[in-house]
Amino acid sequence: MRYLPKSPADRELMLSEIGVHSIDDFFKAIPGEYRLNRDLKVPRQMAESEIIDYFRERSQENAAGYAVFLGAGAYHHYRPVIIDALVQRGEFLTSYTPYQAEISQGTLQAIFEFQTMICELTAMEIANASMYDGSTGAAEAILMAMRITGRHESVIARTVHPEYREVIHTYLHHRDMPMRFVGYREDSGAINLEELERALSDQTACVLIQSPNFFGSVEDVDAIAAMVHRRGALLVVSISEALSLGIVKPPVEADIVSLEAQSFGVPLGFGGPYDGVLAAKEKYVRQMPGRLVGETKDKNGTRGYVLTLSTREQHIRREKATSNICTNQALVALMSTIYMNVYGREGLRDLAKQNLAKANYAATQFGKKGKVLFPKAKRFNEFVVQSKEDPHAINDRLLEKRIIGGLSLRKFYPELGNAALWCCTEMNTRDQIDLAIEAMQA
Amino acid sequence: MAFPADYRYTREHEWIKLDGNQATIGITDYAQNSLGDIVFVELPKIGDELSVGKTFGSVESVKAVSDLFAPASGKVVAVNQELTNAPEKINSDAHGAWIVRIQLSDADEVNKLLSPQDYDKYVQEEGGH
Repeated sequence: MRYLPKSPADRELMLSEIGVHSIDDFFKAIPGEYRLNRDLKVPRQMAESEIIDYFRERSQENAAGYAVFLGAGAYHHYRPVIIDALVQRGEFLTSYTPYQAEISQGTLQAIFEFQTMICELTAMEIANASMYDGSTGAAEAILMAMRITGRHESVIARTVHPEYREVIHTYLHHRDMPMRFVGYREDSGAINLEELERALSDQTACVLIQSPNFFGSVEDVDAIAAMVHRRGALLVVSISEALSLGIVKPPVEADIVSLEAQSFGVPLGFGGPYDGVLAAKEKYVRQMPGRLVGETKDKNGTRGYVLTLSTREQHIRREKATSNICTNQALVALMSTIYMNVYGREGLRDLAKQNLAKANYAATQFGKKGKVLFPKAKRFNEFVVQSKEDPHAINDRLLEKRIIGGLSLRKFYPELGNAALWCCTEMNTRDQIDLAIEAMQA
Repeated sequence: MAFPADYRYTREHEWIKLDGNQATIGITDYAQNSLGDIVFVELPKIGDELSVGKTFGSVESVKAVSDLFAPASGKVVAVNQELTNAPEKINSDAHGAWIVRIQLSDADEVNKLLSPQDYDKYVQEEGGH
């Protein structure tokens, strides 16, 4: 598929077809006072050599060679080089929406395999072709639960990523869809079950939890699911650290899982792109938003892949579509597909074990010098450290040692005082961890 | 097309068949033919209240999803569960494959619907032949 811009001849043709002489003529219907009478404020064009110089210079701003202890929804994992080598192949890089099965079998098969692996990892029966990211995926999961149950209220754990909660708020607050929030236990950082029980009603469409949650604590999904299902509501589990599925039991009791798969081979950039995905029980497939790829047979009986159940989607069902998402993150999902293939079942488990071991070591070391909150938590690779000093001051000092410290939680959880969320992945060496702890105290 | 003489019809292509104070509802042969192969029928629940002109479910074909509009108001007393596993029954026998049975709240509403002759005329105009 080729996408070429309009040539001057094309423009001429289009203008003459509609009977106007020029672009200005075309826009005459817009009163002069509302038209922009100057050039756009964009930099002048650059020569190729200038562009290369420019980007070389900008690349110096990257934090290359720093030790990273930031997680909180954006994880620093190793990316096998094969990922970029494969996703940059022209067949993948330039192809757009795979509507036409007859010319898009490679893209469709890759998405189908992505969906299949997501199902195996999350213990769900169906998965879609991906969403924009974990936050919009979580919001869509709530809307999906509302369509299924016919109820309008959602109950959300305060330990769901605070920025995911902001996105959810944006989706719900003008639609007469009330939200209730449930706090966490001081000893474990997990959702407070007594509070959850009180928040549930016969109006509750769903409960949204995150596991491991924003503090890094793994939730007791089975117990929560039983409580939620007793009230006829659905359980939505959001997972922002996909690698946790290498070792944490998948949320098999959930009705819908919203996963952020960035950990699987997607680099950390200026806020994106990310790689959300929804997975659910098969009986809810017609209420699932977004694109789905299915396997079928062509007229010769040969295996083939097609977009399926498109009748739920906006380009066919217009305003009655399940969602206004009419796309997916195909190339980013492909990165994750390759990543999952490279590591495989055993590889993901080994990697998850490394994360767990390093985070445990770090938490133990921090515990000797300061206070690690939520001592009863079952953790994966994140933990909360409370300090005497403001975490921002500590982080400034760490930066001088080329260490990016934990995320200050003051903005989101002022009740925790000087607390920061730290993350350890396979990328953090023991030396880095020891150095961070040492520098923290200096 | 032959539309059963004892049914009444809507402009949204549902049929309704009276049976005392109850009525069964389906979609017409013209509708199934326009939709193509039907793959899924979204049924209401027993006990749901239908109100005339409002949607109560949908029919999904390989081409489109179409809402079902209630020809008359009433409470759902039965749904045709057979359609859950065999939605194609509507394609093979649209006027026999009922979707819901309701307890009518106002039988008079049915009298306002199209007669078979009027419906036949309506679809011929709509179909452009």
